[in-house]
Amino acid sequence: MGAALARLNSARRRIRTLNSWTWTASVTSLLLIGPLLVVVFGLSAPANDLWPHLVDTVLAGYIVNTVGIALGVALGTAILGVSTAWLIAMCDFPGRAFFSWALVLPLALPGYIAAFVYGDLLEFAGPIQSALRDYFGWVKGDYWFPAVRSPLGAVVVLSLVLYPYVYLLVQTAFATQSATLIETGRLLGRGPLRIFRTLAVPLARPALVAGCALAVMETLNDIGVMELFGIGTFTTGIYRAWFGFGDIGAAARLATVLLLVVLAVLWAERRLRKSLRYHPENDRSRPVIRYVLRGRHAAFATLGCGLPVLLGFALPAAVLAWWHVRAGAPIDPAFPAIMLNTLVLAFTATALTVAIAWLVVFGLRLDPAIVRPFARTAGAGYAVPGVVVAVGVLGSCSLFDHAVDDVSRMIFGAGTGLLLSGTVTVLLFAYAVRFLAVSMNALESSYHRIPGTLDAAARTLGVFPRGMLVRVHVPLLRGGIATAAALVFVEVMKELPATLILRPFDFNTLAVRAFEMAHEERMADAALPAIAIVAVGLVPLIVLSRRFLQPSVIAETSS
Amino acid sequence: MRLLTLLLALAITSSSILAATPAATESVNLYSARKEALLRPLLDAFTEKTGTEVRIVAAFGGQLIQRMIAEGENSPADVLLTVDAGNLWRAADAGVLRPVDSEYLHSVIPSDYRDPDNRWFGLSLRARAVVYATDRVSLDSIAADLGGYIGLAAPVWEGRVAVRSSGNIYNQSLIAAVIANFGPERAEQWARGVVGNFARPPSGGDRDQIRAVAAGEADVAIVNSYYYALMLGSEESASISNTAIYFPTDDQMGTHVNVSGAGVAQHAPHPELALAFIEFLASPESQSLYALINNEYPVHPDVHPGGEVAKWKKFTPDDVPVVEFGKLNADAVRIADRAGWK
Repeated sequence: MGAALARLNSARRRIRTLNSWTWTASVTSLLLIGPLLVVVFGLSAPANDLWPHLVDTVLAGYIVNTVGIALGVALGTAILGVSTAWLIAMCDFPGRAFFSWALVLPLALPGYIAAFVYGDLLEFAGPIQSALRDYFGWVKGDYWFPAVRSPLGAVVVLSLVLYPYVYLLVQTAFATQSATLIETGRLLGRGPLRIFRTLAVPLARPALVAGCALAVMETLNDIGVMELFGIGTFTTGIYRAWFGFGDIGAAARLATVLLLVVLAVLWAERRLRKSLRYHPENDRSRPVIRYVLRGRHAAFATLGCGLPVLLGFALPAAVLAWWHVRAGAPIDPAFPAIMLNTLVLAFTATALTVAIAWLVVFGLRLDPAIVRPFARTAGAGYAVPGVVVAVGVLGSCSLFDHAVDDVSRMIFGAGTGLLLSGTVTVLLFAYAVRFLAVSMNALESSYHRIPGTLDAAARTLGVFPRGMLVRVHVPLLRGGIATAAALVFVEVMKELPATLILRPFDFNTLAVRAFEMAHEERMADAALPAIAIVAVGLVPLIVLSRRFLQPSVIAETSS
Repeated sequence: MRLLTLLLALAITSSSILAATPAATESVNLYSARKEALLRPLLDAFTEKTGTEVRIVAAFGGQLIQRMIAEGENSPADVLLTVDAGNLWRAADAGVLRPVDSEYLHSVIPSDYRDPDNRWFGLSLRARAVVYATDRVSLDSIAADLGGYIGLAAPVWEGRVAVRSSGNIYNQSLIAAVIANFGPERAEQWARGVVGNFARPPSGGDRDQIRAVAAGEADVAIVNSYYYALMLGSEESASISNTAIYFPTDDQMGTHVNVSGAGVAQHAPHPELALAFIEFLASPESQSLYALINNEYPVHPDVHPGGEVAKWKKFTPDDVPVVEFGKLNADAVRIADRAGWK
């Protein structure tokens, strides 16, 4: 009886909130799912004998590599992200203020560029192994050296450039989680390790899971690192079946398997988070008291934060700069135009993607039951390889163009040609599909901190829903919007495969130029655009991480 | 809401700024697998000669073909330019290229290097050659122990061969050429032998294979000739001074030669200009430059190669028409997968 009443009540509430917001949010998400559907419908393409051949020969390897590398990256980013986040949030040691933002920098370095630099440095013919051979007089077979172009190498490289996702989210969670809880732990005589293990990490688990999920999705869609290291994964397999064999049926089958894996990851993430939803009070007036580290401990802490920054950012960036200087290459005359293109494109795509994500997240808040399935599926675009999104976008835009063209021919007797295809609009659409999840994640975790009671208050005051959005949510969401915008901006700057295939005539971005030159192995020419990607990406990242810097706190002496 | 509107307005305004690239009235629209920076001098020369602008989108061949398929009859592409006969064959097979009737192209391009149905034409040639370590392998021993490609599977090369992944079309076309010469069974046997002789799992590009040979990780590498020429002309030349190039040939199979080439798009908006552009690229004046920018061999028989390539000895090209590489591509890939050639 009670349950039935509750259901009736919830149904009634749903009808009341079924407003234009909910519909717009659902329809927008549906629009972004379109390209993924185009891919899945490729399943109906006649399967020729390629699919059984793939199953017989390479599929098992794809599964092992994909799952192994994804788990490895999850573990690697979790270790790097959580340990550095704990040090920054809870400890005082030399260089802490610097590392608090410097730890984000590896995010500016595209994985394929890091892989290129490390592949070059650590291969048999590279400078490090050559120096070792020269010094010790070794030849091949005399010594053991880990193969950089291997699945393990991919795990390490990707963990080094992706751990900032975990760091950013977990650090915020550590810093904003209730000081009271931590202090209670201390009063009860718990040591720092115990507090870390039994209080801080469990409390920060939603953030940890969200960060790892982002890193895993980025790993699943990676093509650059895998191609450079010669590793067969689902993504490289899709690529090979589609562009190598022109076999859409086999590619769509692989893509669908990958899509299912992604949805499973997203679902697991939600499940893990759901049971752990907190609305911590915003007690910034009483920040956590940090442990002050001295001597050996302080040195370890500095080293622990320094290594990820060095290996994930400083060293590869320095190598790029060195390549550029060594060759004394003149600066590409097209460089300023490419730079401007990239900036305008990244700004536009960021504004559009964040606006759409916000709309969807707001719809989710208003009526989760209706919007959720659409929103979750649309978020999967992040883990789908850029090329697959690109072909899906190409397909759906061309469907649209042809429909308009046909109608126009019928009514006016003249076609409209291609309205969208080959324009920047297609690129923007693709970026929105790809990066919706990134901005939605940031906005949602920000939304979780706004208690539902505030929404209820807005309702009673009759400013629902528009007034609630403008007067209640916007001021409280500034941080979340900034995070979302910074992350999307950096992602668009780095984005390569979709940009490469979808861009209009005579249109280049920094990532395209860096890649083209690297592909020609003209590293000196590739270095400058690569450095520019990193440098421009740094700006929003530094602003972003400064936001997370806590106000000065009272320090307490400990171990 | 106001902020949301503002964001959207900003998005629309800046996208219209981006979209407002001035459209030339008469231009050739080029989809190119060859990078813009490499082609730029030739594009400018064409514009200077004819007054026609060339607009370009550069990406991978397979992706450009997919883009043309998706765009269908409204595709703005006039010319598809890509590397490897395997890719050109795929484009023709997918129906995105149209046959053209050009006496000129017929007269200057040998029939082995173009489509029998006139949908694409080779514009430059590259050999898939062997680079070997001169301090560990002598020219005599390589001629005796290796000879042609088939010799790469011989036990004497165990642990000494470097080559990139079979996902690369250059290797697929090489395997296809071996099938054409020796039949599928022998080709598969051969592929297994080559895999057994790998010095390391395939990784990196052709230049990485050359570096591996120079550094002593492998003794012979299978690479495209232009990569070697490019490295010899770069600051890296000193570090590969202990290497030399060999063009595999035996009684049955000559040196494997592939093409880069172009065709007129099926739905080209400017088919005459498209053909004029391809004829321009095949003309003697462009041929030396077109070959030189990437250290290739000109396809025009009267034009001689330049740069490092001119210093190499002549070789006997294999007599299988390049169109066969496309036809046999699917078989080649299957053989590679079964042989465990990553």
